[in-house]
Amino acid sequence: MTWTLILPELVLALGGLGLLVAGVVPKRVMHFPIAMGTLAALLAAAALTIAQPDGVAFSGLYVADAFSRFGKLLVLAGAALGIILAIDFNERSGLARFEFPLLLLFATVGMMVMVSANDLMTLYVGLELMSLALYVVAAFDRDNERSAEAGLKYFVLGALASGLLLYGASLVYGFAGSTNFDQIARALSTPESASTGLVVGVVFVVAGLCFKISAVPFHMWTPDVYEGAPTPVTAFFAGAPKIAAVVLLVRVLAGPFGELAAQWQQVIVLVSALSMILGAFAAIGQTNVKRLMAYSSIANIGYALMGLAVATDAGLRGLLIYMAIYLAMTLGSFAVLISMRRDGRAVERIEDLAGLGRTDPMMALWMAIFMFSMAGVPPMAGFFSKLYVFLPAVEAGFWELAIIGVLTSVVGAYYYLRIVKVMYFDASAGAFDARPMGLSLVLNVTGMFTLLFILFPAPLIAAAQSAIASILE
Amino acid sequence: MFVGAVFFPLLGATLAGFFGRWLGDRASQWVTVLCMALAAVCGTSAFIQVALGHAPAVIEIVTFIDVAGFEVNWALRYDTLSVVMVAMVTFISTLIHLYSVGYMSHDQTTPRFFAYLSLFTFMMLMLVTADNLVQLFFGWEGVGLASYLLIGYWYEKESANRAAMKAFIVNRVGDVFFMLGLALTYWTFGTIEFATMFASIDQHLGDTILGMRSLEVIGVLLFLGACGKSAQLGLHTWLPDAMEGPTPVSALIHAATMVTAGVFLVARMSPIFEQAPVALTIVTIVGASTALFAATIGCVQNDIKRIIAYSTCSQLGYMFFAAGVGAYQGAIFHLFTHAFFKALLFLGAGSVIHAMSDEQDIRKMGGIWKKIPATYAVMWVGSLALAGVPFFAGYYSKDFVLEAAYASHSVAGMYAFICGCIAAFLTAFYSWRLIILTFHGAPRADHHTMEHVHESPWTMLVPLVLLAIGAMAAGAIFVEFFVGHEWEAFWNGAIVNGAANHIMHDVHEVPGWVPLAPTVIGIAGIALAYALYMLAPQIPGQLAARFHGVYLFLLNKWYFDELYDRIFVRPARRLAYTLWKVGDARIIDGMPNGAASLVLEGTRGAVRIQSGRVASYAFSMIIGLVAFITIFLLGATR
Repeated sequence: MTWTLILPELVLALGGLGLLVAGVVPKRVMHFPIAMGTLAALLAAAALTIAQPDGVAFSGLYVADAFSRFGKLLVLAGAALGIILAIDFNERSGLARFEFPLLLLFATVGMMVMVSANDLMTLYVGLELMSLALYVVAAFDRDNERSAEAGLKYFVLGALASGLLLYGASLVYGFAGSTNFDQIARALSTPESASTGLVVGVVFVVAGLCFKISAVPFHMWTPDVYEGAPTPVTAFFAGAPKIAAVVLLVRVLAGPFGELAAQWQQVIVLVSALSMILGAFAAIGQTNVKRLMAYSSIANIGYALMGLAVATDAGLRGLLIYMAIYLAMTLGSFAVLISMRRDGRAVERIEDLAGLGRTDPMMALWMAIFMFSMAGVPPMAGFFSKLYVFLPAVEAGFWELAIIGVLTSVVGAYYYLRIVKVMYFDASAGAFDARPMGLSLVLNVTGMFTLLFILFPAPLIAAAQSAIASILE
Repeated sequence: MFVGAVFFPLLGATLAGFFGRWLGDRASQWVTVLCMALAAVCGTSAFIQVALGHAPAVIEIVTFIDVAGFEVNWALRYDTLSVVMVAMVTFISTLIHLYSVGYMSHDQTTPRFFAYLSLFTFMMLMLVTADNLVQLFFGWEGVGLASYLLIGYWYEKESANRAAMKAFIVNRVGDVFFMLGLALTYWTFGTIEFATMFASIDQHLGDTILGMRSLEVIGVLLFLGACGKSAQLGLHTWLPDAMEGPTPVSALIHAATMVTAGVFLVARMSPIFEQAPVALTIVTIVGASTALFAATIGCVQNDIKRIIAYSTCSQLGYMFFAAGVGAYQGAIFHLFTHAFFKALLFLGAGSVIHAMSDEQDIRKMGGIWKKIPATYAVMWVGSLALAGVPFFAGYYSKDFVLEAAYASHSVAGMYAFICGCIAAFLTAFYSWRLIILTFHGAPRADHHTMEHVHESPWTMLVPLVLLAIGAMAAGAIFVEFFVGHEWEAFWNGAIVNGAANHIMHDVHEVPGWVPLAPTVIGIAGIALAYALYMLAPQIPGQLAARFHGVYLFLLNKWYFDELYDRIFVRPARRLAYTLWKVGDARIIDGMPNGAASLVLEGTRGAVRIQSGRVASYAFSMIIGLVAFITIFLLGATR
C-alpha cells in the first residue's frame, strides 16, 4: 500500500479538518487552543516526515525522497514559527479567529504536496491549495483597506500566474506526451526532442513558479502585499511558501527538464541577477520596514537562485543551505517587526526602531545579529549562506553573477546596517510594548541558529548534500 | 655596561614621554638627566675597556628580521670607532640634558622635550653601535625623526614647523640614496652585516652594476645619503633652518652628534671606500667645497645661531675631505674635538640668547661682556678651539686634517687643502666677528633688555665649563691615540686603511710650513676681524655697500633656497595641488560619491516602477514572460 507514504500530509490534513470542527462547535473564542492544536499537528507531521521512507505513490504522482523530506521539514519549521509569531499579534489586533492557524495549516499541506510533487498535476494541486489559503490570510484583516487590497492584488496576480502555469503545463503535456516528471524526463532524453512548444511550456511553468518566489520580473505584488497584509502574515509569506516554491522549482528544473539545462540556465541567470539588483536598490528608498523586508526577500531569492543558475551539485546544495538560513534570519527579523507595537498600535516605519538599543537591548542585539547576517558579515550564518552559493558560481565560471552578487551585497549592507544605526545611534522614539513570550522564543531559536551556525554547520550541509544527491542521481 | 650605555636613554625617554604627566616636570627632567648620566658612565667605561684596553665586543640582543634567508640581528658592535662615538655622545648628551634643565625652565611641556632628547640619544647610540646596515639605517631614521620632532618642538610657531618639515624632507632625499646603497650592498655581498661584508670584499672587487664597479656605486650612494644627514653642499639647506629648534637641540643634534653621522658612516664603511677611489675623490671635493662655501656665508649672517650653524656645515666639510683623502682617523678626530667646541659654542650662544631675552640677532647685541663674564669666557674658549689656535682642541684636529689633505698628493687633496686654508681664515674671521659684535662695543639692544641681562643658572654654567675644559684639553690628550704614534693600537682595525694608503705616515712628513699654515691663517683671520669690527667699525658697512652684489649673494646663502624653491618645491606643490584637486577630490573621492549617487538614482527608478496598479504589475509579468520565451527560443535554436 503506497498511501502510507503520504502519512504526513494525511495527518496534517485530517488534523486540520478535526480542528476545524473543534473550532466551530464551542461557543467560546477558540483561537489559542486551535493554534496550539495546529502546532501539534505540524509537529506530528514533522515527526512522520522524518520517519518517511523513500518511494513513489499514486502511480507516480507523488514522490518521497531525501529532497522532499528536507523541503518539508523546512516548510513545517517555517509554518510552525510563523504561527507562533501570529498568536499574540492577532489577539492584540482583534484578529484572534481560529480560522487563521487553520488556513496556515492548509497552506502548509499544499506546500508539502508541492514539495513531493512528481507530476504537473500534483504540482498544480499543491500550489493552488497553498495559494488559495494564502489569498485569504493576506486579506485576513478584512476591515483594513490595505489588507483587503493586498489580498485582492495577490489574488488577481496569483490567478494570472496560475493561468500561466497551467497553460505551460498543457503545452508540456501536448509536446512531451505526459505530465509525469519521469516520463517527461524520458521524453527529453534526446536533445532533438526539445521542440519549441515544449520550451515555451517550460518557460510558462517557470514564470508561474517565479511568481510564487517573487523573483524579478514577477515580483511586483510582493512589496504591496507585504506592506498591506498583517505583519505575521507577511512573516509567513516570507518563510514557508518561498521555501516550498523554490524547492519545487529546483525539482522541476533539475528533474524532468534537466536535459534543457543549457536553455533554462540563461533565464535563471537573468532572473537571479535582476532580483539581486532590484532587491538591493529598491530597498534603499524604503521607509516602511515591511516593504524593506519585501525587497530584502526579493534580493535573497536572487542570491538563492544563483545556486540554481549554476545547476551543479554544489550550487544546488548551496541553494538549499541558503534557503534554510534565510528562513531563520527572516523569521527572526519578523519577530522583531511584529513586536514593534507602541501603546497598543502596531508601528512599521524604520524610524520607529530608533533607540531600541537602549529601550530593549536584548531585542536590539538579536536584530543587529540578523541584520549583520543578512548583510553577509562573518561569522553570522548569512555569510556562509552567501559563501555556499558564490563559491559554486565562481567555480562553475559564472563570474558575472558572482560579481553582481558581491556588489549588490555591498549595496544591501547599506540598508541592513542603517537599521543597526537607527537602533543604536538615533534618539529613542519611546519603548515598545512588552514582548510576548512566543516572540522571544522565535527570536532566541532563530538568533541562536544564526549566531551558532558557524560552530555546527555539518548537519545542515550533510542534509542538503543528501537531498541534492537524491534528485540528481 | 655595553647594553646600559645604549638603553638607559631609552628608559629615560620612556619614563619622561609616557609617564611625564604623572611624574611632573621636575621629576621627569631629573630622571632623564640621571639616565643619561648612567649612560655616560657606561659609555666612558666602555671607551676605557674597548678603546684603551683593546677589547672590542659584539653583544647580540635579538634577531631583528628573519625572512627567507635574510637575517638581521640586533646586535651592539663595540669597536674603537663606535665606542668613541658612544662615549662622546653620552657625555655631551648628558651635559646638554643638564643644560636644558636650566634653559627650558620656562617651557610648558618639558617632559616632552626631555623625552625627545633622550629618544634622540638612544637612536644616535643605535646608529653608532649598529652591527649591520639595517640597524644603522634604523638609527639613522630614528635620529631623523627625533630631529624633526625637536626642530618642530615649538609647534605653535609656523617657522618651526616649516623648518622641521624641510629638515625631514631634505633628509629623505639623502635617505633615498642611502636605501639604494643599502639595497646594492645586499645585492653585491648577500649580507648587510659589517663583519661578513668586510671579510668578503676581496671577492667582490670586480663586481659591476650598470657597467660601473659596484663598490664605487655603493660608495657614492652611501656618501649621498651621508650628505643629507651631514648637510653637505647641495643638501645643506635644512641645517640653518633647523636652528628654529631650542638651542640645546641645535647643540646636541645639529652640531655635536647627528650631523656627524654621515662622517661616521663613511668611516664605518672605510673598507669599501678604500676600494672606491672615485667615490673618495667625490667625497673630498664635496667636503672641501662645503667647507669653503659654508664659511663664506657664515661671514655675513646676523643670527648668532645661524653663524654657528654655517660653521658646523663648514667643519663637517673638513671631516669629509679628511675621510676623502683616506685619513678617516683624522675625520673622526676632528669630529670628536668639534663635538666639544661646537656644543660649547651653541650652548654659549644659548646662554647669550637666554641673557638677552631671546634675542638672536647680533646686530642688536653688544657691550654685554662684563655682565655675563662666564659665558663670555667660554665663548672665547670655543672660538679659539674652532679657529685652530694652538693647544686648543681644534688646533690638533684641524692641523691634522689639513696636513692629510696636503700629504695626499692628489689634485683633489690639493683642492681640499686650499679650500680648507681659506675656510680656516674665514672661520677665524667670522668667529671673532661674532664675539666682537655680541659682547663688545656699544650696547645696541633696548634699555629694557639690557637691564635684564643676567648670567645663567648653575645648571647651564656647569655644562659650559665642562665643555670648555673639553674644548681646551680634548685635543692635547687624545691626539696621540687618534692620529699620533699609538693610532694603530688605538683603532685596532676598526677603521681600515687600504694597503696603498700610507697617509697616516705621510702626514708626519709634510714640509715644515704646512703645519704652521693653519695657525698663521687663523690668527690672521682673528686680526682682520679685530681690525674691522673693533678698530674701524664703519669699514664692514662700506665694504658691504661697495660690493653689494657679493654681499647679497652671500647673505642670501648663494640663493640655494630660492633655487630649490623654484626647481623643486614649487613644481612639487603645483603637482600636489593638481593631484589633490583632480586626482583625489575628483577621481578618487568621485568614484565612491558617484557610485553612491548612482545607487540613489537607481533606487528612485526602482521605486518608481512600483506604481501600485495591478494592471501594470500584470503587464510587467507578461513582458517578462515574453522576454524569457525569446531568450529560451534563441537558446533552443542555437
